[in-house]
Amino acid sequence: MTDVTNLEERFQARIDAEQKIEPKDWMPEKYRKTLVRQISQHAHSEVVGMLPEGNWITRAPSLRRKAILLAKVQDEAGHGLYLYSACETLGVTREKTIDDLLSGKAKYSSIFNYPTLTWADIGAVGWLVDGAAIMNQVMLCRTSYGPYARAMVRICKEESFHQRQGYEIMSVLAKGTPEQKEMAQDALNRWWWPSLMMFGPSDANSPNSADSMKWKIKRQSNDELRQIFIDRTVQQAEVIGLTIPDPELKWNEATKHYDWGAIDWTEFNNVVAGNGPCNKERLAARNKAHDEGAWVREAALAYAAKKAKKQAA
Amino acid sequence: MSAENSNNWPLWEVFIQSKRGLEHKHVGSLHAADAQMAIENARDVYTRRQEGNSIWVVPAGAISSSQPDDAAMLFDPADDKTYRHPTFYVMPEGAKYI
Ligand SMILES: [Fe+2]
Ligand SMILES: [Fe+2]
Repeated sequence: MTDVTNLEERFQARIDAEQKIEPKDWMPEKYRKTLVRQISQHAHSEVVGMLPEGNWITRAPSLRRKAILLAKVQDEAGHGLYLYSACETLGVTREKTIDDLLSGKAKYSSIFNYPTLTWADIGAVGWLVDGAAIMNQVMLCRTSYGPYARAMVRICKEESFHQRQGYEIMSVLAKGTPEQKEMAQDALNRWWWPSLMMFGPSDANSPNSADSMKWKIKRQSNDELRQIFIDRTVQQAEVIGLTIPDPELKWNEATKHYDWGAIDWTEFNNVVAGNGPCNKERLAARNKAHDEGAWVREAALAYAAKKAKKQAA
Repeated sequence: MSAENSNNWPLWEVFIQSKRGLEHKHVGSLHAADAQMAIENARDVYTRRQEGNSIWVVPAGAISSSQPDDAAMLFDPADDKTYRHPTFYVMPEGAKYI
């Protein structure tokens, strides 16, 4: 019974029957490792993703926009927590996971290594970056690992306003003065291609995908999700009168999808390798926050210990 | 549950009652120095959209759980006892309110 082949067969049979895998269940080591890598990267992305938006909280153009942006950034902190918790159920400590981010060993979504130069970037991030993330997250609500799926359901519930508030910002700017419209278009120009890269390498160059599909960690390929995102977003850009910065973009009557130009994967690989515009800044900001919070963590522990001692006496 | 390093905040499991009269339901976990802080943090991360009426926090290490390998022993005996369900019984034609 404890023969590994036998265990693997039972594991796969459970997945094929659409049953969730829970923390105490037997699982192949590679399944566990894949999940630890994916969930922790996802958690880090939520946390680092707060930085480009936090950049505009103090400069939001109205109290309404400021309250919304604060609420959104606070949501992202929560998303990070839900995912770190899910990751912990796989037997890695929170400290180890966070240390891997701080040391630069762990990856996070490359998109957050781009700067938010104008207020319109906050619109573009919500509309495109959260929009692309949602495509992935909706799929992951049905992922095979129970704690990950439950975290995603919670996240998706909260995520739906993020994309809408961003699109609203873009639509207001696009209807504004010529300068405001130009600002919105400029933000779209800069965020469009990095957003498409968020879905990851094309299927032909995605080495880990086969296992992830077999184990139902993923259920749709990178290219499938990217295509749906493009089809939806092109229509939304049309509605607010902005132009997708891709001269090759055109409707294909035969496939009923948009055809689009080639992604510059050299740029993608460069940013992943640490050479994006903000890689160093993001990591430095995380490390600074962690170091400056050390005394809070220590003081809270000391206070808890003191209280416990008093209670025992 | 792994032993907590004394230099780190322990792990707490969080249960939220969404409405008076309903059960407390497990929603997730978080780290906090003590129970009070766990409740405050749970309020910040798990009840930002009026999901909460009451919060329980339990040290994760205090929870004992059954093992997946014992599932058959524990739960299979109920499989062949369909007479525990009302639909098992044949009621005479025409009888009402039963
Ligand atoms: Fe998020
Ligand atoms: Fe978001």
